[in-house]
Amino acid sequence: MSTNAIDLDIVREHPQGLETEEMTLNMGPQHPSTHGVLRFVVKADGEVMRRAIPDIGYLHRSIEKIAEKVGYHGFMPYTDRVDYVSAMQCNQGWAMACEALAGITVPRRGEYCRVIACEFGRIASHLLSVGATGMDIGAVTPFTHAIREREYINDILEELCGARLTFNFMRIGGCAWDLPPGFTRRAIAFLDRFEPLIDEFNELISFNKIYVERLADVAVIPAEMAIAYNLVGPNLRGSGVRYDVRKDAPYSVYPEFEFDVPVGTGERGTVGDSYDRYMVRMREMKESCKILRQALAGVPEGPVVAKVPRTFRPPAGEAYVRVEASRGDMGWFVVSDGSAFPYRVHIRTGSFAAMAVIEEISRGLMIADLVAVIATLDIVAPEVDR
Amino acid sequence: MTIAEIHRLLRERLGTIVSDDLRDAEWPLCDVRGQSIAEVCAMLRDEPGCDFDCLSNLSAVDRKSDDAIEVYYHLFSYRHRHRLALRATTPRPDPILPSVAQVWPIANWLEREAFDLLGVRFTGHPDLRRILMPEDWVGHPLRKDFVEPDEYHGISTRRESLLKL
Repeated sequence: MSTNAIDLDIVREHPQGLETEEMTLNMGPQHPSTHGVLRFVVKADGEVMRRAIPDIGYLHRSIEKIAEKVGYHGFMPYTDRVDYVSAMQCNQGWAMACEALAGITVPRRGEYCRVIACEFGRIASHLLSVGATGMDIGAVTPFTHAIREREYINDILEELCGARLTFNFMRIGGCAWDLPPGFTRRAIAFLDRFEPLIDEFNELISFNKIYVERLADVAVIPAEMAIAYNLVGPNLRGSGVRYDVRKDAPYSVYPEFEFDVPVGTGERGTVGDSYDRYMVRMREMKESCKILRQALAGVPEGPVVAKVPRTFRPPAGEAYVRVEASRGDMGWFVVSDGSAFPYRVHIRTGSFAAMAVIEEISRGLMIADLVAVIATLDIVAPEVDR
Repeated sequence: MTIAEIHRLLRERLGTIVSDDLRDAEWPLCDVRGQSIAEVCAMLRDEPGCDFDCLSNLSAVDRKSDDAIEVYYHLFSYRHRHRLALRATTPRPDPILPSVAQVWPIANWLEREAFDLLGVRFTGHPDLRRILMPEDWVGHPLRKDFVEPDEYHGISTRRESLLKL
């Protein structure tokens, strides 16, 4: 409530204050700041939210059901659509789950190609996230800077697999394509150009006073709450929990690379506020550049894909694997009954948990801060609904 | 505590509620009697040394040939970095399990998803309603015997193949 209201004569005549009524507002599913089709039912007292109730399912495409119909190899392109902003890691999650079921080892060159593709994907995804955070709270220009760099990454990934968004790059047992000639040179040229631009972007917006005040101390998520809600990735690390699947439950060739895991420190406010989550992403882009430089310098010779039969029939059993996607720890639960079709696939994603926590943290926030919360939790609608 | 020690502790405290065998895997798996799942989960979260502070995943699987629905709980501890998977089985015609939403808040949505797509009813859940499908949807799409309806509110779900036109 605006404090000016108290000065009104009408209030002075009513010692108990004005009778106010809770408002119920609808936000979404088509709303420019909801990054896809998300809907909230907002219960508000003036400008202050009592709670925002998320309503999901608008992008539910039954991807898990489709998996049961199209077979193991055939499902790979669908995994791109689970999180289309960062499809590489979805490819990898599915491939790793199938490999775990069947006990397949990926050739080392294949693992390097995967890491290179995934880290470029992570930078592209984080660029969209940090750019859109600015746009959602009213700073449009930085978005264009972020998207400009993201276009270069799209070019690089297009060279790798022919697609700019839904890559279908990986296969069970490795990757579909080898690195094209001259790829390493162009990739390093991009990194040389891009790394200083992270600092430029920081100077452009991250330390801007208005920007900091819109994010600092907003929607603080303490570490215990983050863990209890199974928040993952940058959202978890923003709350100060140093956990990264690439480091703490290593997969692929990540143990061979040196990189740090940035966490939120409450540098402008409280640990776990929106600003911390935002800055974790900015810093992770630098770490991804570090990994990329090491990976590009050390790509071994050899095949990129293991020999996997065309009719892939993993033995009956179940596998639960986790990859560190751009939105954090993504869990792939796959059940095989020994046939050529998966019996059950369940994808547990970072955005699903991030969406679930909103109802609790929205209490007492301003309505205008809800978009900042969605943006800094980096919620991507298709990943919520699958 | 190692996972084997935790399993032994569960056996000592709870007896046959927890299965004797612990399948060795990246997520060691043991079976839990369905009706006691919430009790087991609460103990695993609170017992010092176990400290499973995070429910990493909850997945339901329709085992039509066994006439059962299995629910897998993947537990993770950020404090000790250890993992454990539990499997609860419930009869397929009337699948009911106690809710663990009071143990880990994320279970609220994961259980709603399992209810929506596979029809598992979680007793004690604060708000068990559909989450992904429309509220008036009939049936549970991830059941193996689910038949897609011909239409939804007058919108046909069928179309001729282009090759037959």
